[in-house]
Amino acid sequence: MVMFTVYVLLPILQSIRISLYDWDGLGAMRWVGFGNYAELLSDDAFYVSLKNNLLWLALYLLAIPFGLATALFLNQTVFGIRLYKSLFFFPFVISQVVVGLIFTWFYAPDFGLLSALIKTLTGADIAVLADERFVTFGIIAAGLWPQAAYCMILYLTGLNTLNPEQVEAARMDGARGLAMLWHIVLPQLRPATFIALVVTVIGALRSFDLVSIMTAGGPYGSSRVLSYYMFEQALSEYGFRMGYGAAIAVVLFAIMMIFISLFLVRLLSRERGA
Amino acid sequence: MFPTPIQKAPPWVRMAYPLLLPIALIVWLLPLIGVAVTSVRPVADLAAGNYFGLPSGFAGVENYTAVFRDSPIGLYILNSFKVTVPTVIGAVALSCLSGFALAVYRFRGGTVLFFLFVAGNFIPFQILMVPVRDLTLSMGLYDTVTGLVLFHVAFQTGFCTLFMRNFIVGLPFALIEAARVEGVSEWRIFRFVVLPLMRPAIAALSVLIFTFVWNDYFWATVLVQGQQAMPVTAGLYSLNGQWVAAWHLVSAGSLVAALPPVAMFFLMQRHFIAGLTLGATKG
Repeated sequence: MVMFTVYVLLPILQSIRISLYDWDGLGAMRWVGFGNYAELLSDDAFYVSLKNNLLWLALYLLAIPFGLATALFLNQTVFGIRLYKSLFFFPFVISQVVVGLIFTWFYAPDFGLLSALIKTLTGADIAVLADERFVTFGIIAAGLWPQAAYCMILYLTGLNTLNPEQVEAARMDGARGLAMLWHIVLPQLRPATFIALVVTVIGALRSFDLVSIMTAGGPYGSSRVLSYYMFEQALSEYGFRMGYGAAIAVVLFAIMMIFISLFLVRLLSRERGA
Repeated sequence: MFPTPIQKAPPWVRMAYPLLLPIALIVWLLPLIGVAVTSVRPVADLAAGNYFGLPSGFAGVENYTAVFRDSPIGLYILNSFKVTVPTVIGAVALSCLSGFALAVYRFRGGTVLFFLFVAGNFIPFQILMVPVRDLTLSMGLYDTVTGLVLFHVAFQTGFCTLFMRNFIVGLPFALIEAARVEGVSEWRIFRFVVLPLMRPAIAALSVLIFTFVWNDYFWATVLVQGQQAMPVTAGLYSLNGQWVAAWHLVSAGSLVAALPPVAMFFLMQRHFIAGLTLGATKG
């Protein structure tokens, strides 16, 4: 617990403090108050990152319906289904670095699989990761791959705990397909959906690895997200502006806090109920 | 059962399903398959523009030996193990104790502590980055395996404690009561009553933490610079810079780096999934 305090709780406070200074990480710290935040407000790169973060957030949520669909598809008892389930889950186990490299290759112009597909379909050669219009979508797609696998496994477990009597009763009453899914099955899957939601939102806001591996924020910083922009400002060849970086981190933290509080409130009400 | 079991479905669905399964799987894993094929492709294929067709020969052995011979990936992997294994042991051991304390005793601030752990688990790493880096620097642990281990243990303990607490709360409390009535000391209750029951949780956590820490990339870049302490994730990234467009090497390297967690997953699949989905069924 001491370690947790030293490495997690104190640093949060320190970061907030550092964000009020102008500091290169070595020399003296110069108090600038909210100067860093004021600078953020007029920083175009910050808005690009923020916009990308929102894009991540919105599109990353697709992992949930996609995972649910896959889970429904796989929730059968046929020969070898266990192996299929594990293989579908596979992408989640692989490091994001490897996922990033795999997709970089997948998207690479001239010899990537995807660009070859696009070429045969449309005749145009698109370098997904070098094109400002597509780059963020490309990275998000790569992120969705393991995330959907995660949601799938959550839903598969959830589907196993469905109350079979309710489902049968509804079936007797003539519920089928989507109506059944919406009215009978999904309410029972609420816990799974909740976890999937929390994990996905946090994953989206934390996205760093893939951006760093696949594009390093480029081209021209168009695929940066807050977490990466912060890293770039504080710890890279672009300089050591620790204070400014910390300010970005605090903004990210504030956004995340909204979701964390929601989660905690729910957890608390559950504890009380128990 | 939902959806309707396939055995009760109309005949055409019954016919189509087994066909559809492998197709869906191949589409799903297409990027991975592509990389696997590339990793055994001879260099000549790439030079000749044969990217998708069948490899003209099997060069797996050469490519993989080239990866190990021409790059420090062996060292990186060793570093990864040096970071991962102590972290797993440390975080799991600590969280057994703290989880037990939080689950069994009612003390002031217990709930607050619990929530701090939960919240701490979800915060963005970036807010920790600058201070943790300074701390590590000032302790002289920058660029060392120990520095990474210390941080990972501290950070993962939050998640582990949450996990352990929930698990212990689910155990029959009467057992502990009974032992107390018998006059067994608290430490012995933990050691001989609770700990044996926690085995599945310990297994699940170990696999999970192993995967998390192995796959960590952010801290590996922040806390390590030199080769001698670099884990394989960060190492792979720097190698990617050296092997520009040598995709057969990049793919072979990626697969090597991905292998340990994957092996872990397949060996301990049941525990892994139990760990990940904890809380997805109840609550």
